[in-house]
Amino acid sequence: MKILVPLKRVADPDNANKVKIPASGATIETTGLEWKPNPFDEYALEAALRLTEDGKAPKVRAGEVVVVTFGPKETETTLRAALATGADRAIRVDAADDKLDGHLVARALKALVEREKPDLVLMGKQAVDGDSNQVGQILAEQLDYPMATFAATMKEEAGGLLVGREVDGGVITLRVKFPAVVTVDLRIVAPTSVYSMKTAPAFKYNDGVRFAALPAIMAAKKKPLAEVKLADLAADQGLRVTYHGFQAPPARKAGIKVKDVTDLVNRLKNEAKAL
Amino acid sequence: MANVLVVAESAEGKLRKTTHSAVTFARQAAQALGGAFSILVIGHNVAGAAEEARALGADKVLVADDASLKDYLAERYAPTVAEVGKGYAVVVGTASAYGKDLLARVAGRLGSGYAADISELLVEGGTLKYKRPMFAGNAFGIMSVSTPVQVVSVRQSAFAAAEPSGGSSDVAPVAVVAPGAAASRIEMVSFDQVKSERPELTEAKVVVAGGRALKERFNEILDPLADTLTAALGASRAACDAGYAPSDLQVGQTGKVVAPPLYFAIGISGAIQHLAGMKNSKVIVAVNKDGDAPIFQVADYGLVADLFQVVPELVKQLKAAKAG
Repeated sequence: MKILVPLKRVADPDNANKVKIPASGATIETTGLEWKPNPFDEYALEAALRLTEDGKAPKVRAGEVVVVTFGPKETETTLRAALATGADRAIRVDAADDKLDGHLVARALKALVEREKPDLVLMGKQAVDGDSNQVGQILAEQLDYPMATFAATMKEEAGGLLVGREVDGGVITLRVKFPAVVTVDLRIVAPTSVYSMKTAPAFKYNDGVRFAALPAIMAAKKKPLAEVKLADLAADQGLRVTYHGFQAPPARKAGIKVKDVTDLVNRLKNEAKAL
Repeated sequence: MANVLVVAESAEGKLRKTTHSAVTFARQAAQALGGAFSILVIGHNVAGAAEEARALGADKVLVADDASLKDYLAERYAPTVAEVGKGYAVVVGTASAYGKDLLARVAGRLGSGYAADISELLVEGGTLKYKRPMFAGNAFGIMSVSTPVQVVSVRQSAFAAAEPSGGSSDVAPVAVVAPGAAASRIEMVSFDQVKSERPELTEAKVVVAGGRALKERFNEILDPLADTLTAALGASRAACDAGYAPSDLQVGQTGKVVAPPLYFAIGISGAIQHLAGMKNSKVIVAVNKDGDAPIFQVADYGLVADLFQVVPELVKQLKAAKAG
């Protein structure tokens, strides 16, 4: 199975409350925040690795995992890290972060998919900076591919996947045939979420994503990393949406600590009038 | 003529309440554009949902009812929604799991810019701008869409459910557009529904949410509190990941976003991703053993205590207060 995994770097999501908006409201400043891979994309990579191996022999790749990112030279750090955890090769689409929107990324990915012909495009359901949750769906439609968004489980079958999607009110199970697009949710990296046909049904993964050992980090420096110009993938580089400015959310005024349950019930009833 | 199309969401032939939030947006947008709004009800055996939609003040209720639309699949719905949507300035739905899945695909089909999960409509000189939370709610972006058709999804907790208008809209059937090759490579195998007698998490007046600290006693401890308050149950990601609560209950940046009048965070430390899903609640109560937990920075009333002792006591006192 050949899988293409698009990765985006984002400002450290665990410190997202430290983003700053200048008085002009012109930008969001993430100065001082470390770049991290978008967590959902990291989960997609982990899921791609699980789909292309026997769980008990994770160093042998059955098929190919190709990672791609959009951005300046420095985003190659994100790609090298992905190569170290087991991806076979990487592509960087040279682009400026602020000259992209979801449609443009999807258009360029479409061209890349037509070149690379993966069986599966596997990506995060959303990037946790823009929080739009759109590229997978737009890409699938433009390719006329089936899609399964918010995947929590995946099981490889002949020529496709059985995918469990977390939706309002329960879990929908879909059968998709390749080529397809799948976007993943948080629980795709639980111990029993993803099974290739090689992995024994009783096998359990460690919870979460795998980490690269030092020799793998060294070896990753020699893995192929190609650079592609955005213009080679997308003739039309127009944007469909424009951001005019940014605002900080209103601060919540500090609350109080109550001394016990009686105090709490009393305040909820008489002060907040919430009961 | 600049009109607005609401893509309704239905289940088992009934309109889902998510639709009413999109209608609230549509009323605002139609007024700003000097146009009207229609509601598209799509699915199979949706006559009941269409009838409900007629009460919401739309210019027209359009109905795409076909056996091929029995199971919701974006591959089958998007072609018809896009075809109908072409004639409108704005196509809008609510950012539920259904809306997020479908509307982005519709935007892909129309080549339209997409304003996702917006929390406010801003009108400037007759043009529409959208305010939307980003970075787990730590920033708002003000954006606009430059394509002839704009696709929008609205955050349910930020747009109050539309009330019936008193009128009764005309109903017109619309043709179902045949799907592309994608539809032949996908099928729905099953839908395992989580049945609950409690109010919907996104619509409840009170939410009782629990964290990992509850362990296997999640329901044992929280059910009585939720029962007493007629509350919906919610959970932190950690509690869902650990299997203490079903994932359907997750509140946060990537789970459900709620803003009830009263929110209880029980044994929830308050990670940024969780706060993004609940910090617009009117009154927040937090119970946590750790007095430095970040949840206390957003809580109106914080109680530093062992939840296993405090919650049963709270249930007792709430019952007594009710009886009194």
